[in-house]
Amino acid sequence: MRVTVRIISVLLILAILAACAAPVAAPTGAPAAGGEKTVLRALFMQQAGYQQSDIEAITQEFETQNPDVDIQLDFVAYEALHDKIITSAASGAGGYDVVLMDCIWPAEFASAEFILDVTDRISEDMKADIWPGALEAVQWQGRLYGMPWLNDVLYLYYNRAMLEQAGFTEPPKTWSELREMGMAAKDQGLVEYPFIEYFQQEEGLTIAFAYYLFAFGGSFFDDEGKPTFNSPEGLAALNFMVSGLQDGLINPASLESTYEEVRRTFSQGGSLFSVNWAYQLNLANDPAESQIAGDAIVTLMPGEQETSATINGGMGLAIMRASQNPDKAWEYIQYLSSKDVQKRYAQNALPIWKSLFDDPALLEAQPAVAQEQDFVNVSKQQYAFLRNRPIVPYYSETSEIIAREVQAALTGAKTPEQALADAEGEVLKVREQYMQ
Amino acid sequence: MRRLLPQVGLYAAALLVAAIILAPPIWLFISSISSSAELLSVPVHWIPEAPTFERYVQVITATGGESAANFRRSLLNSLAVALLVTTICITVGALAAYSFARMSFAGHGNLIYVLLLSYTLPPIMLVIPLFRVMGDLGLTNTIQGLVIIYASLIMPFAIWILRSYFQTIPADLEDAAMIDGCTRLQALARVILPISAPGIVATALFCFLASWEEFLIALIFTSSPAAKTIPVAIAEFTGRHAIDYGMMATGGVIAALPPIAIALVFQRYLISGLSSGAVKG
Amino acid sequence: MATTSPLQPVPPRHSRLTHTQQERFLAWALIAPAFLVVFALIFAPIVRAFWMSLHVIDLKRPALGQPFVGAGNYLDILQDATFWASVGRTAYFMVVSISLEVVLGVAVALLLNQHFKGRGLLRALVLIPWALPITIDAIMWKWIYNPTYGALNSLLYQMGVITSYRTWLSDPVSAMHMVIIADVWKTTPLVILLTLAALQTIPPALYEAARVDGANAWRSFWSVTLPLLRPVLTIILVIRTMDAFKVFDIIYIMTSGGPSDGTKVIAYYTYLEAFSFLRQGRGAALAWLMTLFIGMMAFLYIRLVNRETEY
Repeated sequence: MRVTVRIISVLLILAILAACAAPVAAPTGAPAAGGEKTVLRALFMQQAGYQQSDIEAITQEFETQNPDVDIQLDFVAYEALHDKIITSAASGAGGYDVVLMDCIWPAEFASAEFILDVTDRISEDMKADIWPGALEAVQWQGRLYGMPWLNDVLYLYYNRAMLEQAGFTEPPKTWSELREMGMAAKDQGLVEYPFIEYFQQEEGLTIAFAYYLFAFGGSFFDDEGKPTFNSPEGLAALNFMVSGLQDGLINPASLESTYEEVRRTFSQGGSLFSVNWAYQLNLANDPAESQIAGDAIVTLMPGEQETSATINGGMGLAIMRASQNPDKAWEYIQYLSSKDVQKRYAQNALPIWKSLFDDPALLEAQPAVAQEQDFVNVSKQQYAFLRNRPIVPYYSETSEIIAREVQAALTGAKTPEQALADAEGEVLKVREQYMQ
Repeated sequence: MRRLLPQVGLYAAALLVAAIILAPPIWLFISSISSSAELLSVPVHWIPEAPTFERYVQVITATGGESAANFRRSLLNSLAVALLVTTICITVGALAAYSFARMSFAGHGNLIYVLLLSYTLPPIMLVIPLFRVMGDLGLTNTIQGLVIIYASLIMPFAIWILRSYFQTIPADLEDAAMIDGCTRLQALARVILPISAPGIVATALFCFLASWEEFLIALIFTSSPAAKTIPVAIAEFTGRHAIDYGMMATGGVIAALPPIAIALVFQRYLISGLSSGAVKG
Repeated sequence: MATTSPLQPVPPRHSRLTHTQQERFLAWALIAPAFLVVFALIFAPIVRAFWMSLHVIDLKRPALGQPFVGAGNYLDILQDATFWASVGRTAYFMVVSISLEVVLGVAVALLLNQHFKGRGLLRALVLIPWALPITIDAIMWKWIYNPTYGALNSLLYQMGVITSYRTWLSDPVSAMHMVIIADVWKTTPLVILLTLAALQTIPPALYEAARVDGANAWRSFWSVTLPLLRPVLTIILVIRTMDAFKVFDIIYIMTSGGPSDGTKVIAYYTYLEAFSFLRQGRGAALAWLMTLFIGMMAFLYIRLVNRETEY
């Protein structure tokens, strides 16, 4: 008896202590203690681009200026963001007011009526000053479903010292050139695998296929929404990826790598080239994180048939349909994306505003590396070749199918022809289902 | 020689088993105290040249919104959830288990199978319809919400182990107590529970571990630092844009310590609890 | 001891027949709180999930409404090759991981039942993988398998087993086996614990008798130990079957179902349908199919155990 009672009472006491030590979250949507404050709940991710501390600081500023608003911030991993928004939408009131939305979701969320149409809240003047790519990241069927906020695209990075050793002075302009230079470096024994990619079966692989596809002159869908990637261009793109792996141009570890693994390998001098978002620039040139600091150079994505092709990775801020305070939520969004804020916090993410790119203050806000490499200018050039992944409500399925089939070709389970044909067939099926 | 050879084999096998068990967690620990540069060295540095406990210090001392501070918070959340769930499952479960073990009436005994059916449910089945209910009750993003769900999922298992244990206790003991004037509940409290300590501890351990490691439900239902549990916090160290191998390893070691410590402390109850109870079905 | 089957109701004591009414009330009162806890929250969702499974609920198409389709979702799923492929992968995971766990688990339990120095320590060590949370297990193994910085490549390379680094999770077949290893490492200790507990209840006299009959260690294992382990092995088999069929966490963290769908098990498939593709009706139907299968396994288990006690 004694033992049991002791065990149970110890458990109880510990449980109560722990429950006290970990105060429970205020019920969602309830007014904060001590006043008639409007409570807004906002969902962000804790990864690339603006850092969690940046967002917290900006929010603090907003709260100081608007004492009647209390903003509760949640940060989740990118991988959980989509599910969280759906969960929130499906549970009706008490969910989030403001959510961070990846550029591949507006079609899905808008057609599901999860988020508000904000077309009328964005003036023509504002639209004229926002990078078109950033606007497209929140657009579906001609309407806007969020405020552009995070502006990001993929760049090609190269190891300058290694490239010079291999006997080249200029970075590759096309994928064929990249292949030549890479194989030259490999033959000279400078590096085992000259190129590291994100080929894990996830969204990133769809992105990778997308930039090859666009560079080789292909496209995903035609104007009527029929899949067009099973084409000579699509096959050329996929063949480039497959033969790259076979010849040892592309590191086989790519098949299980994401952007972080790409960055580490490149930063360790383990590859001559890599493709990554803007965030790699600072980190790959930071001696604490990188062994090639000073030699990690950012440049335009290669082209082939096209001059260059990069993929839009922008994200926007949307208002959930169930929000009780959409106007306050919009004010908050406006503050987060204001020119003043975007200029002051430009060291981690470039602004969405075109006019800021000519502002000397923006250049000064950039870290030294970015200034040296004239990153603002490189970005401006790269934005001219910005492409979007398909904007369709059934994008999640489409992307899943493409990533799976492309990987089947990469791992040799299917021929590239077969993989593309299968992918086309399945995407058609999904589309038919949706059209029913 | 005939006796020596099997002895050598025995120790060789024991060493092999120990190595297989220990190598992965030890490697996790070594990774957590290696410098960032060493973590990325090829080939691997098996023994770090300059071991650093900096990351542990960071988790303990971090303040504000830093991810290390949030991680510490999630540790407390997990502790609260696991202890509350264990307490509920043991107290409520012991009563039901006793009833099933000793007091069967028509139809009553089969109910345990109805209870056990809930163990067959894939969590995903609950998650789909549950978020509406949880939202209406204001329980999303709270540890209470997790406690309620976990208790209902783990309870059947707890009842099952406890019932098996109670059944191994000779009924004469209670009968004697009742002849002495005890009521049934008194007999339960004074006779059955005291000698069931091993079974109760074993069950409590199962409950604690199950709620400590649950991932899917916590992933869907918690997103604020006030409610996130350890598995969710750990998974965030491995996002596609933000892998910090060092913090990942450190978080892993810290998250594994409480359940392992508890399991080791109550070790002797565990085997005896199992050998008299659960293994008989 | 073993004569009281846990699955057969214990008859009420004669001495208390006069209190039958009271007893009956108490019996129900004692289980009421447990039922309340278990079903208050679970019952409604189960019913709701069933209702959902009979309708087309596609959150992407609110204009569609939620039309009733009867068994439509189920029929669709049963004709879908993707579904059967994921069932096949789940079954493979289940069969291979459980076989390994049982064989290794029984072997180690037998070892731990011998007398040798350090046995207590080894018994304690066995608890470590068991107590390690499954998410940590997944993260730990993923780090070990890392193609560039992982310990596995480095170890095998330095030992001369491989001549160049391999990418363990980039091939569908290899990835599935790597996930199985991570699962077996974590779960075998449960088998060891339960088997060891059962071994300790076997009276030494039985072994003595076998030895007198001239049986060697191997014979006595087959004729004495194994038959007596049957009940516990049945339990292990069924608990593990249920868990393995539901496997999700380890897949979510280690492979996200890849590469080229090599590890897309049924729970992950269901998750994708319901949360990525927003087809919640179909997701609910998948979840119900999983439940039905697991329920069938549970039923089989009850039958097996009942037969067990009849001999």
